[in-house]
Amino acid sequence: MKNLREFNIHHKRKNITIIQPQKGLIALDFQEIWAYRDLLYLLVWRDIKSRYRQMALGPLWIVLQPFLTIVIFTVIFGNFAKIPSDGSAYPVFAYTAFLPWQLFATATAKSSDSLVNNLPLISKVYFPRLVIPIAAVFVSLVDFLASFGILLMMMLFYRSYPTLAVLTLPLYLLLAVATSMGVGLWFASLSVKFRDVSIAVTYIIQLWFYATPVIYPSSMVPEVWRGLFLLNPMAQVVEGFRWALLGTGRSPDGITLASIVLVLILLVSGAFYFRQTEGSIVDSI
Amino acid sequence: MTDTVIRAENLSKRYFLGKRPRSILGEKKQKNEAFWALKDVSFEIKAGEVVGIIGRNGAGKSTMLKILSRITKPTGGYAEIRGRVGSLLEVGTGFHPELTGRENIFLNGAILGMHRWEINKKFDEIVAFAEIDQFLDTPVKRYSSGMYVRLAFAVAAHLDPEILIVDEVLAVGDAVFQKKCLGKMGEVAAKEGKTVLFVSHNIEAVSRLCTQAIFLQNGSLKLFDKVDTVINSYLQLKMGLSSEKIWQKDKAPGNEIVELIYVRAQDENGKVRELFNISEPVYISIVYKVKKSGYILSAVINFFNERDINVFDLHDVSQQWRKKEKEIGTYCSTVKIPENFLSEGLFLIGVAILTPNPFYVHIHEKDVIVSNVVDDLAENSARGDFIGHFPGVVRPLMKWKTELINSENIIN
Repeated sequence: MKNLREFNIHHKRKNITIIQPQKGLIALDFQEIWAYRDLLYLLVWRDIKSRYRQMALGPLWIVLQPFLTIVIFTVIFGNFAKIPSDGSAYPVFAYTAFLPWQLFATATAKSSDSLVNNLPLISKVYFPRLVIPIAAVFVSLVDFLASFGILLMMMLFYRSYPTLAVLTLPLYLLLAVATSMGVGLWFASLSVKFRDVSIAVTYIIQLWFYATPVIYPSSMVPEVWRGLFLLNPMAQVVEGFRWALLGTGRSPDGITLASIVLVLILLVSGAFYFRQTEGSIVDSI
Repeated sequence: MTDTVIRAENLSKRYFLGKRPRSILGEKKQKNEAFWALKDVSFEIKAGEVVGIIGRNGAGKSTMLKILSRITKPTGGYAEIRGRVGSLLEVGTGFHPELTGRENIFLNGAILGMHRWEINKKFDEIVAFAEIDQFLDTPVKRYSSGMYVRLAFAVAAHLDPEILIVDEVLAVGDAVFQKKCLGKMGEVAAKEGKTVLFVSHNIEAVSRLCTQAIFLQNGSLKLFDKVDTVINSYLQLKMGLSSEKIWQKDKAPGNEIVELIYVRAQDENGKVRELFNISEPVYISIVYKVKKSGYILSAVINFFNERDINVFDLHDVSQQWRKKEKEIGTYCSTVKIPENFLSEGLFLIGVAILTPNPFYVHIHEKDVIVSNVVDDLAENSARGDFIGHFPGVVRPLMKWKTELINSENIIN
């Protein structure tokens, strides 16, 4: 009995919530996010499941969308504009890059809009707000994994087999996710105060697309600009994907490292900025 | 155990009026007026208490709940909460219309902070409470609004927190289900010793459910006491009326014949009260001064309910004074309104003094005092075991007699 009481007291101590005004830098509190992992899982699952309800083709769209885009790219940029493709077949060349790009683009857009889109929820229930943009990124990751299957089939079709470098692929994937997360966190926090952020994000992503060697190889970029060009983490991801899967593209080097550092700064600052804004989300509706 | 589960010290929340997203295009600078939605609110709530929070719109009720459920942060002050908090500020938050009832139970549960195994464990109970078993695999967008609310409350009711924070969520849904929810909340508090914080405009619900109440006014805590005391104070303020009206000498209504002194509602022991149980009588007394002798004077009381319906009038028709002229002096006319006659709710009481024949009204004062009748569901009222919506402007307890007159089954 005494033990039980002690347990209760101990248990209760663990459950104390302190409510006070926001002061200084707020910790990221990964422990709390972990405690809400079920919610994270269900938010991802809700998004995916509800998106394809009442659609004739359903989840097929996940793979159909990038596939159709690649057909268009191949016809326009590969056949008409005759953009070089570093020796691979153009569809494989473009698709290998477009996959991580698509992941980045949707994850960034989704996470940037996620706070505003979930305001009704945020203003009524407490949960660690970071779950929301994280869930948005995870949804895009699920889409990515599905369309990755298409790529594998395409590579088989064109008899393009990867080397051992393929082992670095998860790291490049992680870089893409981290980049979109960092950008998404900044934009999501800003969008609470400025609703025009979501319009801006669309254009920024579009510009970013042309600044990333998706439809063209980075070798086409003039030597003078190449260093700066490759600082773009998505350029690193895209070229890295080509390197890991096709053996073309660029192997990781000093610039890769620099761009990783850049992403880390973006991500960490984004997360802290997000935590800082978090407390006033409901007040600035 | 008298553990303090919620302790708030000087909780304050400041908003800036007219604060809009700033425009970089050089819009005229707006004046940022500060507004304290909550100012220096301190209180302590012990485990197992059911505390109602009342106050007018804008008194800070919702702000306080939002702070306690961590949706927004306070500007100043400090609060400490021991135990898991479940807050229900809106029924059905996070429901997705495209998903089925089953899927939404899991989603909503997770949003409210339940783990999947907890939801699994309570799943059948939730479905039974919501009464939606046939529609479990139908998207909730096809649900009727009643079904929707039932499902949402069912999930929240099974949340199993140590502290339950509930905003005016029961304003939606049909009356029968509202009562079912109130019943469930009361049960949770009474049987499981959980602490409930409950905001409502429905004084009836607060008085029935809560043991204590917090009265907020313009962001400040005006009173934190037993529920009856707080409701009295609230009603007094809301109506500008109480259960007793005493006129100052020079302001007393009257003419050269008769003048009012005071009117009050009291219980059997002569104690002035604002809250009466439905199963106890209410005594209304009118004290007046007759300044000129030789008139037949009869006291009158008008009962109006919250919807401004004249429920009934009472004339003093006692034999003793019926046809007798009154002498100069002070008189007190008291009428007993029997137990189990008034319905639940708020009554506004007006008084008059008249001469019946030839008819002449000496004094007629409307809305003089208020009286509040509640049913504590002790099962000795006209409700019996029924807790649903009970219409009718009065609720007399009548004698019933039922007997078996034929034991054959007439259908066969």
